[in-house]
Parts: sequence; structure tokens; C-alpha cells
Amino acid sequence: MNSLLFDFTVDKAAKTVRITREFDAALSLVWDAFTTQEILDQWWAPKPWASRTKHMDFKVGGRRFYAMVSPEGQENWSIQDYTSISPKTNFKYLSVFADKDENPFLPGSNWDLSFSEQHGRTSVSITIYNESLERMEKMLEMGFKEGFTMTLNELAELLTTLKK
Amino acid sequence: MRRDIFQAVADPTRRAIIVLIAMQAMTPNAIAENFNTTRQAVSKHLRILTECELVKQEQRGREIYYSLEIDKMKEIDKWIEQFRKIWETRFNQLDEVLSTIKKQRK
Repeated sequence: MNSLLFDFTVDKAAKTVRITREFDAALSLVWDAFTTQEILDQWWAPKPWASRTKHMDFKVGGRRFYAMVSPEGQENWSIQDYTSISPKTNFKYLSVFADKDENPFLPGSNWDLSFSEQHGRTSVSITIYNESLERMEKMLEMGFKEGFTMTLNELAELLTTLKK
Repeated sequence: MRRDIFQAVADPTRRAIIVLIAMQAMTPNAIAENFNTTRQAVSKHLRILTECELVKQEQRGREIYYSLEIDKMKEIDKWIEQFRKIWETRFNQLDEVLSTIKKQRK
């Protein structure tokens, strides 16, 4: 699994986060994984958190309203408003934290996701603009940092098994 | 102007300088030899890194040697690592999901 490219950079001065990752799958499948509610909920939340999408309409002007749910049942709601979609190439959205009644906590961050396929592998490049320190800190406060080491080790093992 | 450490590591040349002097203390001339840039440009990068307290200077005879403040680097690492891990976990989970779907479709 380590042969798959993973690049993560934070440019705090420009308030920009860039993430590039390769996946050992065809573009159409990876695209579906990022744009279909049923698949998104299977991986979007770092375990032991769960992603629960209340509603999602993947089109320009459409929205995904979802919660990251902690093992104790604590819900952290977010809204993603799709602003641009070029099928199987790129899509953009505005992401904001929200309350359970879908009231946004502005400001949000602007996400730009690009997809490309080469030799059967799909590369996804994500750029997050206007990602403030406060928002990043909030993600940490939400408790995502807990349980990572264990999860990672388990996943590494699982992936090795799957590859065989 | 007050510098911050994230600005310091946002520049690719400064990141390269950090890697270089992490191994051993070096003079500005020795550092500059590794880059296709002017000695002045390297000095400017070193000044920013110094202002961010990421590097320290040490006078040895007539030469100034620059070395890395390891503890300061760890501070950045620790902070960024947490976000990197969120994405790493998320994408490892996606690997798993993709693998499952591929098998189902076969």
C-alpha cells in the first residue's frame, strides 16, 4: 500500500491545504466513491467516527448535509454546497460546519477536487482554500485525533490481507 | 513583522535547506552550493528561518554555521501530523471500500 502516492502539505500563510493521493482503482469507481452518498458514508469519517449523510444531491447548486458521529453518539454536522461539477474530472464545493437544523456556521472553506487516471491508478488532488486555523483546530477538538494509531495499524494489516 | 513557523516551511527552497542542515551544521556558502540560486536568496531564506527560530547560528572562527532547531521542527510536525493522519485514515478506509467494490463487481 505504501507504493500509492500520498502527499499532504499545509500552507498556513495562504490558508491552503493540499492533499494528493493515488488509488489502485479505475477513475469511474473513485469518482463514484467521492460523489455517491452510500459509498462516501463508508469511508469519509476516520474510524471510530462514522459519517451519516442526511441528504445529498450531487449537482451544481445541490448540497450534502451530513454528520460525523462519535462512538458516543455525538453529532458534528457539516454542509457541502456544490458549486461546480465537471463529470469524472473535477468538482468544487463550499464546506461549512452547521448545527443539526442545517444552520451554517460561516465562514467555510472552498474545496477543489481533481481526478485523473494513469495506468489503471487514479490520482485525486484536493486543495482546500480558506482553511482557517480555527477550523482545523475544531476538527481536532472534535476528537478525530484519538484512536488513530490503532486504526492505522489495523488497516495496514487488513490491506495487506486484501492484496494477497 | 512577526514570522510564523508555517510560513517558514511553506517555501520549497526553505524546506530543502532544512533537510540539508538537519544532517550537519553548514555555512551559508556551503548551503548555497546546493541550489541554483544566488547567495543573497539563500541568505534571505536563512534569515526567515532564523526569525522563525527554526535554525540557530553559531560562530566558528570567521564562519557562521547554521543548524536546525530540532525541537521547533517537532512542534510543526506534531501539529500537521494530526491532520495528515485524519486524511491517511480516511484514504486507507477508501482503499478498503474500493477493494471491496472491485471484488463485488468481478
